Amino acid sequence: MSKLELVFKEKSKRILNVYCTAGYPSLDSTMKVMESLQKNGADIIELGMPYSDPLADGEVIQESSIKALAGGMNIAVLFEQIKDMRKSISIPVILMGYMNPILQYGFDAFCRKAKEVGVDGLILPDLPLYEFEQFYGKIIAENNLDFIFLVTPETPEQRVKKLDSLSTGFLYAVSSSATTGKDKDFNVVAQYLQKLQAMQLKNPILVGFGIKDKASFDAATVHTQGAIIGSAYIQVLSKGGDIETSTSQFLKSVLGA
Amino acid sequence: MNLFNVDKDYQNPTMEGYYGDFGGAYIPEMLYGNVETLKTQYLQIMQDPSFQSEFQALLKDYVGRPTPLFLAERLSKEIGATIYLKREDLCHTGAHKINNTIGQIILAQRLGKKKIIAETGAGQHGVATATVCALKGMECVVYMGEKDIERQAPNVARMKMLGAKVVSAKSGSKTLKDATNEAIRAWINEPNETHYIIGSVVGPHPYPDMVARFQSVISEEIKIQLKEKTGKEFPTHVVACVGGGSNAAGAFYHFLNEPSVNLVAVEAAGHGVNSGLSAATTQLGTPGILHGSKSIVMQTNDGQVVEPHSISAGLDYPGIGPLHAFLYESKRGTFLSATDEEALESAFHLSKIEGIIPALETAHAFSVLPKMNLKASDIVVVCLSGRGDKDLATYMEHL
Repeated sequence: MSKLELVFKEKSKRILNVYCTAGYPSLDSTMKVMESLQKNGADIIELGMPYSDPLADGEVIQESSIKALAGGMNIAVLFEQIKDMRKSISIPVILMGYMNPILQYGFDAFCRKAKEVGVDGLILPDLPLYEFEQFYGKIIAENNLDFIFLVTPETPEQRVKKLDSLSTGFLYAVSSSATTGKDKDFNVVAQYLQKLQAMQLKNPILVGFGIKDKASFDAATVHTQGAIIGSAYIQVLSKGGDIETSTSQFLKSVLGA
Repeated sequence: MNLFNVDKDYQNPTMEGYYGDFGGAYIPEMLYGNVETLKTQYLQIMQDPSFQSEFQALLKDYVGRPTPLFLAERLSKEIGATIYLKREDLCHTGAHKINNTIGQIILAQRLGKKKIIAETGAGQHGVATATVCALKGMECVVYMGEKDIERQAPNVARMKMLGAKVVSAKSGSKTLKDATNEAIRAWINEPNETHYIIGSVVGPHPYPDMVARFQSVISEEIKIQLKEKTGKEFPTHVVACVGGGSNAAGAFYHFLNEPSVNLVAVEAAGHGVNSGLSAATTQLGTPGILHGSKSIVMQTNDGQVVEPHSISAGLDYPGIGPLHAFLYESKRGTFLSATDEEALESAFHLSKIEGIIPALETAHAFSVLPKMNLKASDIVVVCLSGRGDKDLATYMEHL
């Protein structure tokens, strides 16, 4: 059983997955941010690999990526930074990123190295289904990495089922077709999540995009197993200050602990 | 890996949009619905007789097609070959870009879309999009890099006068690449009512093929006009400048599968291919993914897209359409380049000897003619993709 599956087995509700950008707020802060997230109640860490042209990301995450790249972050540096992460991080870690930097690193080498340092799964929003089935899915599976597809309110039911069947770990439900960091109308989102719930998919569902505080986290997790917070946390980090303190305050406010 | 070979049919990518190893649709799920709708419907809509009659009528009466094929006698004498100019500069709005926007706006209407978004570099595609939106009464938003807004002020004014909203793209390098990112993000944020008119043969499948087909009217006319003027079926060479590559794709299209025709693509070398300030993508790039398709991309070893440089905003792009990447890789096309300085020289020279002021982009195509070792028997068609009015400020600095 993969680490991700274990998380959902042990805790079926209100799972919190928090996104952070590798090398942000400073190049050497990656491990510190991850440790703070684990310590303060995150169940899963989604570690973003910065890219110059991130199509699915809104301004907040774009800005963090630009800063991280300017600081010297790249895939090789990241693997070096997290090579011993399993000494301190026990919760699942998922790498999120875009295809181009990974192709330049080498897709095979990337998957091998990710597994070697203890990464559990991948989210690659611009890896299309066709390419996954033809070629890349096999390499990901050979390295025992989970792969998480995204679905949106516009994804037809048949396709949701297909993406669910190919995903392992969980399915990433985008709350509406939008880039990250935009506010959503939660009544509309709730209807959509109810529909997904009724489909009785193989994977647990985590909702992302637009989750920023306790109210949106609570609303998102009524019909699903949990939610993903990205831009709101990056915004907290962007204000500077002690990473541990601000992470603790933010996650407390979201979880209502 | 060569899973997607199309067996050297350069006109028709595979079902998934591959030309050889290049193409595809590397897009987030949020764009899947829109792109899938386009993918399943574009050929059907384009082949519909009522679409064709509307498209052809607008090309004739609104754009002013067919554009002339002009024998440039003084230039021919100087180069020592027969040089014809395909006068896309005489299209309404001053460049070939409108061939594509006319096609896509009719398509958007048939898809029931209410709003149009577009990206633009030099502003030619933005103006061509704003124009057809005015014609059809559709809302129009054009994304343009902050830097390009400054250097292409007349086109910004034209777009505004035509009723379009011009949004400044402030992310990244603030040029065409970033305007394209912003337009794609805007499309993600409101996918249902909006159609995105991409201006070049780039982007996720089916855009490269769709735009190439709309621009293919250029070579369709060249074939007919050349036969009338010379009795010959084919020219020996077709020369065109390449940024993303839409005028080149259009000028090459009906000759792509005719190996006797040399296809010459001219990239912008900026200050020189190896100067660090260049946009010669095939010379400096490596295979990669940009704006939703796999092609040749200027990037760092880590796969971060780098900022190109060209004096012409329209060629200032770190990628190239997947068709062109395939033409380059398979050696079907010859890829040459011209520097900023050479392009300026050509612009002034063409103005003086033929009485035609070309766009800076187009001027690059003329710079390679003396280097091509042409013979007296050669018949060369140069795609004169746009006129130079928009570049007057730059030209005046060099008068």
